[in-house]
Amino acid sequence: MMLTLLNAKTLAERFRSAFIVDERWLLYLNGLKNTLIIALLAVVIGILLGFLIAAVVYTKKKTGKLKILSFVCNIYVTIIRGTPVVLQLFIMYFIVLATMKNGILVGGITFGLNSAAYVSEIARAGLESIDEGQMEAGRSLGLSYSKTMLKIILPQALRNIIPALFNEFITLVKETSVAGYVGILELGKVPGLIQSRTFDYLFPLLIASVMYLVVVYLLTLVEKVIEKILAKSDRSAGNVKITGGRKKCKKKAQKSLS
Amino acid sequence: MQEKSTKEPLIKTVGLKKSFGELCVLDGVSVDIFEGEKVVVIGPSGSGKSTFLRCLNRLETPTDGAIYFEGNELTPTTDLEEYRKKMGMVFQHFNLFPHLTVLKNITLAAVEARLHEKKKKKLKISKRQIKAEEKARAMKLLTRIGLQDKADAYPSTLSGGQKQRIAIVRALAVGPKVMLFDEPTSALDPEMVGEVLSLMKELADEGMTMIVVTHEMRFAREVATRVLFMDAGKIVADGPPESIFGAPKDERLKSFLAKVL
Ligand SMILES: Nc1ncnc2c1ncn2[C@@H]1O[C@H](COP(=O)(O)OP(=O)(O)OP(=O)(O)O)[C@@H](O)[C@H]1O
Ligand SMILES: [Mg+2]
Repeated sequence: MMLTLLNAKTLAERFRSAFIVDERWLLYLNGLKNTLIIALLAVVIGILLGFLIAAVVYTKKKTGKLKILSFVCNIYVTIIRGTPVVLQLFIMYFIVLATMKNGILVGGITFGLNSAAYVSEIARAGLESIDEGQMEAGRSLGLSYSKTMLKIILPQALRNIIPALFNEFITLVKETSVAGYVGILELGKVPGLIQSRTFDYLFPLLIASVMYLVVVYLLTLVEKVIEKILAKSDRSAGNVKITGGRKKCKKKAQKSLS
Repeated sequence: MQEKSTKEPLIKTVGLKKSFGELCVLDGVSVDIFEGEKVVVIGPSGSGKSTFLRCLNRLETPTDGAIYFEGNELTPTTDLEEYRKKMGMVFQHFNLFPHLTVLKNITLAAVEARLHEKKKKKLKISKRQIKAEEKARAMKLLTRIGLQDKADAYPSTLSGGQKQRIAIVRALAVGPKVMLFDEPTSALDPEMVGEVLSLMKELADEGMTMIVVTHEMRFAREVATRVLFMDAGKIVADGPPESIFGAPKDERLKSFLAKVL
């Protein structure tokens, strides 16, 4: 067994059938493309909805307004964070969005709704990192609450959490691999697809893993560059940087705030 | 001096109260402030000076009492945004917007205010024109304080004195009728206090109505037309600086002055 596994000729043959034959490499590329589309769609939805949730919760905390809406937001975040994303995907794919034909869209929406719960925590920490004097200065100049939020608080908060948001995108690239469970053709689904034709899992799994690794590594490099640019143009003294996504974010944000 | 009483006060408070939970911070403040007056508010720490200013421009909602501005009482339906445009506020810690250039700091609110007006009154003027006009006005203000070359700089590159002078100019850009200052020099290094005080003095000389909370007693003596001494949420003494500093009658005022002078 070991011998056949290491046999160079058969190995080359197995690689060929996993990657070259029938232009199977196109399947990987297509899977990767779909993975990136889903992750991108998800992160955009996640940021928009996440910031909206954060703004509502923050407003409730600061002004006592939006009580009901804030309550709804808290329930939403609790449910999303308290249930596995795979089940959320099943619920969306087979029930809520069952009529939607485009699986990639369903995936993007599902992961976006999921990501929003996590982004909202990051965004809230970002909003809370902004000095109270900023809101007061804005209001004292006759700007409305929403204008002050939009022009003064949000831009500064966003800037503080860009690294954390990018991290969320990286997490999403990997996490969307569960979309294969409902038949969405993303990169994580491709090895199974090819195995069903070649009856060989080894190279399909290896190739897909390497592709994830390379993409994530490249994105990490981009993140480093962004962080460097932000640090260089750090114009506001005493800026709080909020890093980490998912589980890490809350603890870290709290630490940097105290 | 005599004619004052026949004029309507610019700001009038009647029995103004503010509590934070159990803590009563303002305990019935009634005062008339007339156009052109330079009122300096002094008093021990925690006596409610900041809270008084913050109630005046409604950063804080009073628990009880009334505020009149130009004769009109502030009610729950008062447009607070419009109201605050008539009342500039300068903070101890400047509160400049760190993500915006000096110029943007100054023009932001003024541009928003005019865009709002344009929409409300359906004015013809273009957004671009408004921006250009406000930029020109801001540059004039900056030139006046000798910081025109800082227009494109970010606040973090400025000294404390420069920051506070820009904060003053930012408040002026909206066109207020009265300026509120809450310890504008307390966060400054001693060598920068002078430049901020002299800008405030200039404003005073131009006739701006000012309410200034400060521990700078020399400024109070030189610039104030009227001094309010607050203690435990009440105005305990109210008069021209000569009588407040020269012949204080109230015991609490005497002991306060003994400490700070
Ligand atoms: N938002 C708030 N919540 C609770 N208590 C407050 C709040 N703002 C002010 N206080 C309390 O009200 C009291 C008066 O505060 P205020 O800032 O008006 O005093 P001050 O005269 O300006 O004092 P200082 O000279 O130290 O600035 C203080 O005891 C303060 O702790
Ligand atoms: Mg104070």
